[in-house]
Amino acid sequence: MTFTVPDGAFVAIVGPSGSGKTTLLGLLAGLDVATRGTVLLDGADLSTLNEDRRAQLRGEKVGFVFQSFQLIPTLTALENVQVPLELRGDDGAPARARELLGRVGLGDRAHHFPNQLSGGEQQRVAIARAFSNSPRLLFADEPTGNLDSDTGAHIVELLEELNRESGTTIILVTHDLVLAHRAQRIIRLADGVVVSDTRVEAGTPTVAAP
Amino acid sequence: MMKRAQLFALAWRESRTARRRLLLYMSSISLGVGALVAIDSFASNTQRSVREQARSLLGGDLALSSRTAYTKPVLAVLDSLRHEGVGVTDVTSFASMALVPRSGLTRLAQIQAVTPGYPFYGEIITQPAGAWAQMQQGRNALVDPSLLIALNAQVGDTLALGFARFVIAGTLVSVPGDVGVSTTIGPRVYIPARYLGETSLLNFGSRSDRKTLLKLTTALTPAQFIFRFKTTLEKEQVRYRTAAETEFNLTQAIDQLRDFLSVIGLVALLLGGIGVASGVNAFVMRKIDTVAILRCLGATSGQVLTIYLLQAVVMGLLGAAFGAVLGIGLQLGLPYVLKDFLPVDVAVTLEPRALLTGLLVGVWVALVFALKPLIALRNVSPLQTLRRESDAAALRGAAFDPLRVLVGVVIVLSIATLGIARAETPMQGLGFATAIAGAVALLYGAAALLSASARMMVRPSWPFVLRQGVASLYRPGNQTRAVVLALGFGVFLMSTVYQVQDNLLRTVAVKLDASKANVLFFDVQDDQGAPLDSMIRAKGFGIAQRTPIVPMKIVAINSLVGDALLKPQDAEADTGAAPRSERGRGGAGGGRERWVLRREFRSTFRDSLMPSEKVTEGRFPTGGSRTDGLPEVSLDADIAKSLRVGIHDTITWDVQGVRVQTKVTSLRAVNWTRFEPNFFAVFESRALAKAPKQYVILADVRGEGAVARLQRDVIMRFPNVASLDLTLVQQTIGRVLDKVTTAIRFMAGLSLALGIPVLFSAVSATRRERLREGVLLKVLGATRRQVGRVMLAEYLLLGALGSAAGVVLSVAGAWGLMHFVFKQPFVPAMLPASLVALLMISLAVSIGMLTGREVFRETPMAALREG
Repeated sequence: MTFTVPDGAFVAIVGPSGSGKTTLLGLLAGLDVATRGTVLLDGADLSTLNEDRRAQLRGEKVGFVFQSFQLIPTLTALENVQVPLELRGDDGAPARARELLGRVGLGDRAHHFPNQLSGGEQQRVAIARAFSNSPRLLFADEPTGNLDSDTGAHIVELLEELNRESGTTIILVTHDLVLAHRAQRIIRLADGVVVSDTRVEAGTPTVAAP
Repeated sequence: MMKRAQLFALAWRESRTARRRLLLYMSSISLGVGALVAIDSFASNTQRSVREQARSLLGGDLALSSRTAYTKPVLAVLDSLRHEGVGVTDVTSFASMALVPRSGLTRLAQIQAVTPGYPFYGEIITQPAGAWAQMQQGRNALVDPSLLIALNAQVGDTLALGFARFVIAGTLVSVPGDVGVSTTIGPRVYIPARYLGETSLLNFGSRSDRKTLLKLTTALTPAQFIFRFKTTLEKEQVRYRTAAETEFNLTQAIDQLRDFLSVIGLVALLLGGIGVASGVNAFVMRKIDTVAILRCLGATSGQVLTIYLLQAVVMGLLGAAFGAVLGIGLQLGLPYVLKDFLPVDVAVTLEPRALLTGLLVGVWVALVFALKPLIALRNVSPLQTLRRESDAAALRGAAFDPLRVLVGVVIVLSIATLGIARAETPMQGLGFATAIAGAVALLYGAAALLSASARMMVRPSWPFVLRQGVASLYRPGNQTRAVVLALGFGVFLMSTVYQVQDNLLRTVAVKLDASKANVLFFDVQDDQGAPLDSMIRAKGFGIAQRTPIVPMKIVAINSLVGDALLKPQDAEADTGAAPRSERGRGGAGGGRERWVLRREFRSTFRDSLMPSEKVTEGRFPTGGSRTDGLPEVSLDADIAKSLRVGIHDTITWDVQGVRVQTKVTSLRAVNWTRFEPNFFAVFESRALAKAPKQYVILADVRGEGAVARLQRDVIMRFPNVASLDLTLVQQTIGRVLDKVTTAIRFMAGLSLALGIPVLFSAVSATRRERLREGVLLKVLGATRRQVGRVMLAEYLLLGALGSAAGVVLSVAGAWGLMHFVFKQPFVPAMLPASLVALLMISLAVSIGMLTGREVFRETPMAALREG
């Protein structure tokens, strides 16, 4: 398969279980390397970089939001948001993290631990963390999968807002077609192959037949 | 209802994924079980060996011994015994200088002059073999190999003892009943007794011990012997000991050794139990989902508990069995480690009883400690299946859970029972259990306090990896406290041993420096004092002290004489002689201690106090012209207590046949650890000035080889004068301490090793969380180096916390030992403590990094897959 995602785009990758969504996401983000083919991330060929170089690249340019939030349980909300900045050795980490928590509406819960937060709140912390390093590219893996529909909708709005404001490219992996139609473009996978790559007209969420 | 077989099968199948992990948790008890099995088996082996070798240990059926030459009545007894066909042989032992003329070197040795036939039982093994049998045929000597080294001599060389010359016919390999470590203190020299006179070493005032071995006949049993001769022997101050008594004393000593080691073994077991509890705790956290599913499918909470209990029992049994095997291995090593302190050759055999006890105790401890976290699984509701995240809240039950209380009670009772079962009396056992629980509780508290303060101390300004490392100590299911406890205990024991050793060595070193003198001459006869003094001065060396010594015995205290002194209660009830305040302060039953009255006092006279003593009561006679009244004497405060005398009491002494009556006018506290002649009784000069005496001379001899040359010159001119190079003494004490610490270090090392399975268990218990965190950090842009550093920080911290807890407690423990047992000042020895701490930290880091290496290997993809 070959496709390109332009700067600032909001792309959804959809497909049934086992279609290769997660594998594709992992390859795109440089979490794993392909045995064949190339992935270019902002001009860098991931297959030529070693694991640590890829990690650094992620630290500089990539943000993540997971289905299961993946917050570090021993750290407070604020500390979790700081992690990517601190891994880069950024001095302004606490201020930036506080600002982002405020941005996702959790300014007053900065010192709570993950288990003291609801699922929606945890995911908002995760989003704040994903944006903490001002990524060029954000990968969201079923970000609403563990949330009720209202909370999920709020999370997607948040992603959209941040996409608009900061021009971050977002790649969303989901099997939720309603959610996918919030994106500008939908790439459908089945059995590891791209079966369609369609542009979504704003404001016309349609449910396509499988 | 589920059949039992089905439940068993389910328990087995369900354990599939967790068997190794559960086994790892259970292995925490292995070392404890191993220690107990080893200690019990070893004690049992040693006792059997003692029983089998009791007669050879003593050398005869019965042994008589005396500090002085036998009196006529005793010699008459021995004569009549010979006529009855009883075998009689004896040994006279004393300390004297051994000189090898060829090398010109001298060394203080323990001379043992033996008559033919010695010993009746047991074999003295020599190199070359058979030299013992030939020794009696001429002027031959058999010596310890260490003496040959010290004197730069070899077999065949001439050995001078006093005025006599012997040929070194061979070396001693083993002498039954002698403890290896004693030869470090003074090398032995065996010579035939008939040449003893030629040496002219046993002069006036020389100290020598005499021991006679008897080989009884069928017509005279030990009991009959005692019945017949008890009165005479006791009257003449001859002690007797039967082979059975030897056996009894030794078995008792071994019992005490076992009790001491058992404490360490039990603590090891208890810590293992805590390791099991925290491992199983992590295990339980992971089983919440499975239990919820099982409950959903209709399993009762009882069935669920049974399933996991069965798993725990089987794994506990395996862990204990592994411990038992380990114990057998340790058992093989113990005789080797302790050989210098054991008077017998220990035959190592399997002890089924010790093995079985170890296994049962191990399984039981594993079970009760596993039960504590396991019973929480009853609280998992089937509703949990509907929740995605399983957390600790799912395990929470009612505030008051009778079963939980019951388990707590069972744990406490188990510890108490273990303590009582190992002690001689229930009270002692309770003390045992309390002490053990107290030590563990103290360490646990220290661990909790330290880890809590580590968290409080974290500042946002610290590097990320360090803060993350601290945070890791609090990850869900963390076992920080258990690990700190286990590591801390190891550090505690090891550091205590080193602290005490360091302090004891320091004491010796300080004493030697303080005395300024480095050579001690003793057994200097009355007429040799002045010439030796001028000889030393003529060579340009200083004399630090020349102290006269007068041997004497007590004849009477106040008006009490002889037997009246030995039966103090009756006698004193009659006369009321002893001051009231002194009553009950003496030996058992409020009487005087027999040995004090029988011992030979080697006293001195002078008119001033030494720096090593201080008057605690009364006034020290500082001379003067006073000639009226009784001569004054000053007593060591402790000996006065044993004698039950105080100020104003009178003591009559037998000074070489002359009665000297004195009045006690002062008591002194004496620092006995100094290398200076100190005395129980110091007389006013006028009391003893004319008494026959000998001298002790302390000289300050400097220059390379000067001491050895002076020792040689002195022995050439005064063959009977013994001398000690105090620098050598210091080294010898160091060597003895080394041997003692090697034995203790073995046990300390064992407790250090105890931390290892607990550490492994802890690392593995949080494996999933650590992996998740590491992978997540990588996804967020952390390099492997950064992930590694976070882990490094975590284990450095764990090691540091454990070490800190252990070192702090060891300083307290060592202080207690120095203060209460050795009665010496304590200075914390930071170097050994830091070395032990460093060792522990590197141990924690290596195990942590080794076990956590999969975090490096795992690709960040895992983060997506898990979600």
